[in-house]
Amino acid sequence: MIDIPPYPPLDPSNYDLIIVGTGVSESVLAAAASSSGSSVLHLDPNPFYGSHFASLSLPDLTSFLHSNSFSSPPPPSSPPLPPSNNHDFISVDLVNRSLYSSVEISSFESEILEEHSRRFNVDLCGPRVVFCADESINLMLKSGANNYVEFKSIDASFVGDSSGELRNVPDSRAAIFKDKSLTLLEKNQLMKFFKLVQSHLASSTENDDTTTVKISEEDMESPFVDFLTKMRLPPKIKSIILYAIAMLDYDQDNMETCRHLLKTKEGIDRMALYIISMGRFSNALGALIYPIYGQGELPQAFCRRAAVKGCIYVLRMPITALLLDKETGGYKGVRLASGQEIFSQKLILDPCVTVGLESLSSLTDQQNETLSVLVPKALINKEKVSRGICVIRGSVKADVSNALIVYPPKSLFPEQLTAIRVMQLGSGLAVCPADMHVLYLSTLCDNDDQGIKSLLSAMSNLIRLPDPENHQSDSVVENDTCEAKPILLWRALYVQELVKGEYGGTISSMPSPDGNLNYNEIVESALKLYEQLMGSEELFKEETSVENTTEENDGGVDIED
Amino acid sequence: MHGRERNEASKPEETAAKALELRSLQSQFMSNHHQKIYTQEAIQLSAKLLGINPEAYTAWNYRKLALESRIDEDSDPSLVDSIIDEELRVVQNALKRNPKSYGAWYHRKWVLSKKGHYYSSLEKELQLLNDYQKQCLVNDYQKQDDPKKQDNARNFHAWNYRRFVVELTETSEEDELQYTNMINDICFSIYSAWHYRSVLVSSLVAKNADGFMPKETIRRELDYVHNAIFTDELGQSGWFYYLWLLDQTLKMETPLRFSSWPSDGSIITTFCSESGSFPLILYFDQAVSGVSSSTVTIDSELKANEDLVWEPVSDNKNSQVDSCVWVAHLKFDSRGPCFSRKENKVKVSLGGIVSSMGCNLSTPYEFVFTVLHTVGESSQQGIVSWTDGFNNWDDAQSKDLNSFIALNADAGFEWRKEAIKIEIDHLRNLPDSKFGKLILARLLMAEETMISDDAVKGFHYTEILQLYNDLIALDSWHAQYYKDEHSVALLHKVTSSTESMFRHLFRYRNMNNIVCLRLNNLTLSRIAAVEKLLFVQMLDLSNNELHSAEGLEAMQLLCCLNLSHNRIMSFSALDSLRHLKQLRVLDVSHNLIGGEHPVDTTRYLCSSPLSNSGEVGREVPCKYWDAYLVLRDLMKLKQLDIRGNDLIFSGEEFSSFVRQVVPKLVWLDGHKLTN
Repeated sequence: MIDIPPYPPLDPSNYDLIIVGTGVSESVLAAAASSSGSSVLHLDPNPFYGSHFASLSLPDLTSFLHSNSFSSPPPPSSPPLPPSNNHDFISVDLVNRSLYSSVEISSFESEILEEHSRRFNVDLCGPRVVFCADESINLMLKSGANNYVEFKSIDASFVGDSSGELRNVPDSRAAIFKDKSLTLLEKNQLMKFFKLVQSHLASSTENDDTTTVKISEEDMESPFVDFLTKMRLPPKIKSIILYAIAMLDYDQDNMETCRHLLKTKEGIDRMALYIISMGRFSNALGALIYPIYGQGELPQAFCRRAAVKGCIYVLRMPITALLLDKETGGYKGVRLASGQEIFSQKLILDPCVTVGLESLSSLTDQQNETLSVLVPKALINKEKVSRGICVIRGSVKADVSNALIVYPPKSLFPEQLTAIRVMQLGSGLAVCPADMHVLYLSTLCDNDDQGIKSLLSAMSNLIRLPDPENHQSDSVVENDTCEAKPILLWRALYVQELVKGEYGGTISSMPSPDGNLNYNEIVESALKLYEQLMGSEELFKEETSVENTTEENDGGVDIED
Repeated sequence: MHGRERNEASKPEETAAKALELRSLQSQFMSNHHQKIYTQEAIQLSAKLLGINPEAYTAWNYRKLALESRIDEDSDPSLVDSIIDEELRVVQNALKRNPKSYGAWYHRKWVLSKKGHYYSSLEKELQLLNDYQKQCLVNDYQKQDDPKKQDNARNFHAWNYRRFVVELTETSEEDELQYTNMINDICFSIYSAWHYRSVLVSSLVAKNADGFMPKETIRRELDYVHNAIFTDELGQSGWFYYLWLLDQTLKMETPLRFSSWPSDGSIITTFCSESGSFPLILYFDQAVSGVSSSTVTIDSELKANEDLVWEPVSDNKNSQVDSCVWVAHLKFDSRGPCFSRKENKVKVSLGGIVSSMGCNLSTPYEFVFTVLHTVGESSQQGIVSWTDGFNNWDDAQSKDLNSFIALNADAGFEWRKEAIKIEIDHLRNLPDSKFGKLILARLLMAEETMISDDAVKGFHYTEILQLYNDLIALDSWHAQYYKDEHSVALLHKVTSSTESMFRHLFRYRNMNNIVCLRLNNLTLSRIAAVEKLLFVQMLDLSNNELHSAEGLEAMQLLCCLNLSHNRIMSFSALDSLRHLKQLRVLDVSHNLIGGEHPVDTTRYLCSSPLSNSGEVGREVPCKYWDAYLVLRDLMKLKQLDIRGNDLIFSGEEFSSFVRQVVPKLVWLDGHKLTN
């Protein structure tokens, strides 16, 4: 932000839409708006695409987290300029909001990491995967963004507990058959439940068929956990379905701490997503896929699509101020860090962009109204997500490189209120050097300490934390005493705030990465905002027709074997 | 997978164009074939034809001829390789068109069996096949909603071919067993994979391969297949393998069991004044052959019984035939010197009998009974009534009751019992599954036969009967089968203990106090447990739901039989009565004989004028041929009731027919016949 290279002035200086930030939702909007014919200027203050969804090298990730966290000194903002009066506008200075707190980054084998530092593509928003049947995949196919990304299958998913044992998630007929930890009766019950769900889904698509079993309306409205109990599923299976298939966060059995009690209807939808994902693409092994070179590829793919449709991109270009109409108080444009003033009908901003409270006092009511979405709200819901990234040598499970691991609530320690999700990714996905793996961890939390504690507990369950005193000492001695857990080389821990997106007429704000495993809620909010901005205009209308005639293969998404 | 259209119908104009192309290809090819042209070009033409139509058998044959003409002993190995490669490629293309083409699979097999030893990439063939089968499975799974797009992973051609390649490449059976594991991990509903597994396991066990001891292997396989049947209780392939394993379990070291009349320690009474004979009946629980005077020896004071003639109770009287029931007639002569003692002991020894299941009766077994002679016979002349003249049974003579005796039970018995018990416990945990219930009922029956302790015997029958009742409600399509099995269980229950049996036993005053068993009004639809009923002379089965008399042939002492008010549809359903030479009274009134089907289609084997069962040379009367085939062997029949069936079995014509066939008949439908 400090040394901005001199930019030639942008031309034209008037757009339908200015978007700041290149996160997933901003990029989807840029692609959608450009392809519907709007003129779009897409800016990002960072030198890379993806904003909070980017995949970065270890040094870049470190500096990004530090510069966007509370603990770091606020970026030196230029002294507030007096509102310039030479125009019909008044300008309001913008302030950067920090999303991250409790950032702690430690390196245990600096030499090795430095040697390879540029071979890492580490996600800021991990652990995150894509379900084959996700809305984000549909959107990629619709927009044509799928041409810019390749995926690979996640090989396996596991459920873990404090014993350190990882059990396969029996998520299909074949997996139940193979499973070694379920009893015969449990296999029977679980498969029966899958069949019930499948039969219910079939009955809702072909509604004439009376032979299929349907779940009653009353059950659909009841809590999913109660429905599972009603189906006489034992706790072990309930926990697998709730946390490792429906991917829930909160302990559904604990009414006091559960922030989100899932209804059966939603539970069935989540299972349907999983089941449909399993069979969608012929070379995907399971339900989950991951983009090669990291999650940052996804927003980038949408940006490339937008660029093809005429969207103009400028990176390393923060905006410093908003320009409002003096008379009406309405939005007019932005001032770039380069000093240039650019005008647009509408503005969409990254969740980090806010206005300082001190600058609001001098504004009129109308002006305040225009800026309402940028005023940081006093958060009622203090929900946050704590994230961890570990670079390890070895794998948490022999013969498995890319895997998802879920620790259901209370599985690691009695006070564990939320599920902890861990994802291991290997060099096959071009995210790290060979023989290493990147481990992502996340869990929802109310405060930083609680979140970090959960992550550390999951880490110590999976990997060998180096001795803080002499972590450089030879590891041969340790190998004899403890089992072959992988060794930690590098670690980042941070807590991210959850900011919701907001539509505000001319100025709208986008959400931060959420605590979910996939992009469904983010994509959903982007689609909703698109509808609000553009009316009911159909998304990626043009591409849909082209795609359908040219598309030969049934999948359309590249998944490497 | 079955009954599915092979190809989607395409547009008519496309079809016409294709047909035209195919026809011209075909005529070119035929002319090449006739002129024996095997040039590169001509061979490629046949490949093109086969790519479009893999069923063109002539083209496959042409390629075989071409191959023969191109390759000989002195051919350059690299040329041979390239020719074989090409053949395999043509087959592969044809299989893409139709994965179940007989001609294509056969051609591949032929090429490798003829020329495989010249081929350098033979060992790759198995890997290629592995990949092919696996790919089919994965694709099928992906397209499970659209059967037409599936690759047909359930392809027995591929599995058949696999066995050929395995033999050719000398792949070990252990490796192949691992392969079926891999296939099952992807999809455990492939019948061929389970079948292949059963073949491999049998072979490994038979060879005494390392780690394949019979008992351990069966236990291991049972535990493995549990995963399939518990995960998906509606998937039938797993159940088939399970049934096969249970069969192996039950077969292993099975003792041969038998019962006899007269039974061990019993006293029988003869009524003949001068000389005569009485039957000696052996009933085995498995069909046996080779029952003869050399395997069954009689030691008694009764003369002229050294070379007894043993006959199987079946249509074929050859002693090499397999039969469960064997009869010999012991002669006695009251004028003989030993007769003054009026009481003779008879010792019977068995040894060296082999059952059709391969069970060998190695240890000899002996039993003894006593023959008591009474002079004078009070021959019964009047009509036999089924309503009165019965005395209650007195306990004293209970020695007459039959029961099975295990001839060569040994240590293996305990293991089987244990294995069956484990399976029963597992299946009791599998709720609401029709296969599970059926197999549980069968296992409980099997366990019941293994129980030797009287205190717990008969314990399972209530559960078995309930299971069959559940099944009738659950699966109405097969209700009759479950009903039959229910009857079998019920009869075993009735005969399981002396107490329950006594309730049904009587003595008939009017005919030398003969033993009468009354099993009426029990909704029986099938006869069973005859091994315990060999002593019965008078049997009342009226008011049941029987549709056949099958099973009664073992009861060689039967002289009065009541089958009235049942569901017998035809005389051919009474076929087994032909073997009851002592039968004097037969009541088949109020059945459905002569109704819809003269030929009994409900029986497993039916006789008709067309079935060749030794009727050569005898003229069969047209109208009553079915009645004739049964009645003409009942030489002692005196009383027949056939009222309440089809009208053709009444009236003067029928009565004169019967009198002709059964000359000794006195009573027909309750009326005395006048000469």
